[in-house]
Amino acid sequence: MSTDGVDLKKRRFLTLATTAVGAVGAGFVAVPFIASMQPSARARAAGAPVEADISKLEPGQLMRVEWRGKPVWIVRRTAEALETLAKLESKLADPASDESAQPQNAKNAHRSIKEEYFIAVGICTHLGCSPSFVPDPGGDLGSDWLGGFFCPCHGSRFDIAGRVYAGVPAPLNLEVPPHTYISDSRIVIGDVGGAA
Amino acid sequence: MTNFVGWIDDRFPLTKVWNEHLAQYYAPRNFNFWYFFGSLAILMLVNQIVTGIWLTMHYKPDAAMAFASVEYIMRDVEWGWLLRYLHSTGASMFFVVIYLHMFRALLYGSYKQPRELLWIFGMVIYVALMAEAFMGYLLPWGQMSFWGAQVIISLFGAIPYVGEGLAQWIRGDFVISDATLNRFFAFHVIAVPLVLCALVFLHIVALHKVGSNNPDGVEIKNNKDENGIPLDGIPFHPYYSVKDIAGVVVFLFVFSIIVFFAPEMNGYFLEKDNFVPANPLKTPEHIAPLWYFTPFYAILRAVPDKLGGVIAMGGAIAILFVLPWLDRSPVKSMRYRGMLSKLALGIFVISFFALGWLGMQAATPEFTILARIFSLIYFAFFILMPFYTKMETTKPVPERVT
Amino acid sequence: MRKLIVMLFVCLPSLGFASGGGGPMMSANVDVTNTASLQRGAQTFVNYCLSCHSAQYMRYNRLAEDLGLTEDQVMENLNFTGHKIGEQMKIAMTGDDAQRWFGTAIPDLSVIARSRGADWLYTYLMTFYVDESRPFGVNNVRFPDVGMPHVLSELQGVTHAVFHEEVDEHGQTHSTFEEIEILSPGSQTEDEYERTVLDLVNYLVYMGEPAQVYRRSLGVKVLLFLAIFFVFAYMLKREYWRDIH
Repeated sequence: MSTDGVDLKKRRFLTLATTAVGAVGAGFVAVPFIASMQPSARARAAGAPVEADISKLEPGQLMRVEWRGKPVWIVRRTAEALETLAKLESKLADPASDESAQPQNAKNAHRSIKEEYFIAVGICTHLGCSPSFVPDPGGDLGSDWLGGFFCPCHGSRFDIAGRVYAGVPAPLNLEVPPHTYISDSRIVIGDVGGAA
Repeated sequence: MTNFVGWIDDRFPLTKVWNEHLAQYYAPRNFNFWYFFGSLAILMLVNQIVTGIWLTMHYKPDAAMAFASVEYIMRDVEWGWLLRYLHSTGASMFFVVIYLHMFRALLYGSYKQPRELLWIFGMVIYVALMAEAFMGYLLPWGQMSFWGAQVIISLFGAIPYVGEGLAQWIRGDFVISDATLNRFFAFHVIAVPLVLCALVFLHIVALHKVGSNNPDGVEIKNNKDENGIPLDGIPFHPYYSVKDIAGVVVFLFVFSIIVFFAPEMNGYFLEKDNFVPANPLKTPEHIAPLWYFTPFYAILRAVPDKLGGVIAMGGAIAILFVLPWLDRSPVKSMRYRGMLSKLALGIFVISFFALGWLGMQAATPEFTILARIFSLIYFAFFILMPFYTKMETTKPVPERVT
Repeated sequence: MRKLIVMLFVCLPSLGFASGGGGPMMSANVDVTNTASLQRGAQTFVNYCLSCHSAQYMRYNRLAEDLGLTEDQVMENLNFTGHKIGEQMKIAMTGDDAQRWFGTAIPDLSVIARSRGADWLYTYLMTFYVDESRPFGVNNVRFPDVGMPHVLSELQGVTHAVFHEEVDEHGQTHSTFEEIEILSPGSQTEDEYERTVLDLVNYLVYMGEPAQVYRRSLGVKVLLFLAIFFVFAYMLKREYWRDIH
């Protein structure tokens, strides 16, 4: 065994090249392992868009449907409730919903496609609890409470359009899921309409 | 960088371990083809553990759900088919590698003094691996899973007095059932793998204590230079690490051909009947264990007595443990042994393959006679070993490796 | 008819051909990359098989993805069970019903091609014949005394199996299957029926492992990558081992 006359440059190049190709290979191998932890076809099928019939929903009421295992609220807001929205703007963290998640056609003052119906994922943007629906002003939540959603876990408050109050733990407004009206009384949640 | 390594070294023997086991671990320079299979066995172990962990994320160890959950992995889980085939092909290829690794030991006398304990650790690994494979095969909950486990567990029933009770205790039920599946799952995914990893560690510790054998069977430690470095030794790293990488790539090429183009291996790696859900009321017409068990299965069937068959099968494995003391040859490597040893090993290999083939066939009278003949040869290889290895004249072993 | 005269399939030491049965095996040359054939096979499958047999691991949207169809096409042409696009090909009949009506549990067909093999399925579907002694009035060469009616008989027609009987020196009769004769034709010609069955078997093979086409195409890439890797690994090994040789 002799190490005289070794071409160190060549050796270093080959070591680097083999390591590089091996690293690329390891990267390829990692793909199936990482991707297999994504939702499976079963989870995706179970998470398919759901239809909801809103014809029986009275003003001031809330109904829940399950979409991707999460509660989705459909609230039929009264005219009085809608009037509160403009009054609250100064108290909110993100009144124009610039930071929050909603489809383009629901990024407006009332955060919905139709003014009357508010649809949101009923999960607090803080740590995932499901807030309560407290539509009546005043009460336990204080005299300045104008109706909305209150999260019992850490006290986050949201108005009737799911917009978060400033100074509470939740950072963002409640998420409005993609949804579409297939008729006046039927909506599909999780589907933006058109393409499946 | 040096500072960082120094900081570690003050607290953990990093450089010391690196040097002792890799950079200054001197391995004989004349390793040939047969010496790839040790590192390939580690590769297969890692493959089985990693793919196994990922399969566990989706598999359901429940008699009512197990079969469906495997199909769920094959269809609904992204890349699940690949994880499953890597694991199923890995199981068979693990045995291919282990058998070749063991054959290498037979060929070059790697079990002989001072490597007896190394061999015994290896044999315990082999037995643990068989248990691991057997229990893993129940998990897909197909017909072969069910009836294979039924037959093998029934073997315990052959033990006098306690047998039936023991078999029932192993099953946790009167037949193979959900309880059996659940405990096999526990053993397969955690208990046996832990034992295997510990054993592999001991196997390597023992190897590095005595040093590797080589195709010439020459102890390289007998010829050292003035620095105490074996003259015929080369540092494992980088020489054998780069060589093993090339070997691993070639192996992966073969492995990938199977995984991507023949994962069922025509029924040898994934049996046809295992695509039928387990049915306790209907035995498949022809049941055979997977190929790596068939030599022993053939020996079991060759004996026309239940207890006798079980003893013969157990004996076929047990006798391998005492191999270091059966071999009385003054030389290690087959290269310097006489005609008798070479002939014996050749006939043994043929009979092992023949038993493996016979173990897959239906037990017709002709095949049973053949199985008996080859079983006798199998045992004769070991039992006669003290005599033929002593009788024959050996060639002189060179001082240094060739 | 000559085509049906059967080639003997010389089996390898075959590992467990379940429920043995008699008769020779015809060979089906399936090609799961032929999506047109798979589409026709799927059509036959949902029309003739899916009422009694389920394919409870096969999702309709996977069908769309793999067979080059849109989800709407699948819903209109292949989904008659009222399931959603993401759901599996399940049926209304329960195992108990099957036991009562057919005297046996009806196997799910998701992985039938993997347990039986394409040749077996092809032979089976080609060799139903009239046998009034059986409950459904038909028997099968490949699977004698099978408990399934000949659901494709409206396509194949009324068939008769020709057996060659031979008495050996011990006076025992051996009958070997020779061919299937069509007594009165069905809605398809013999060639058309053969193609229908081939398409159906092709579909069953696909359904046994929907990932198989992708698996093979990925395999080629993996092998190419490993070949390149080997060149570097081998050159590195050779470079270092110059020290030793």
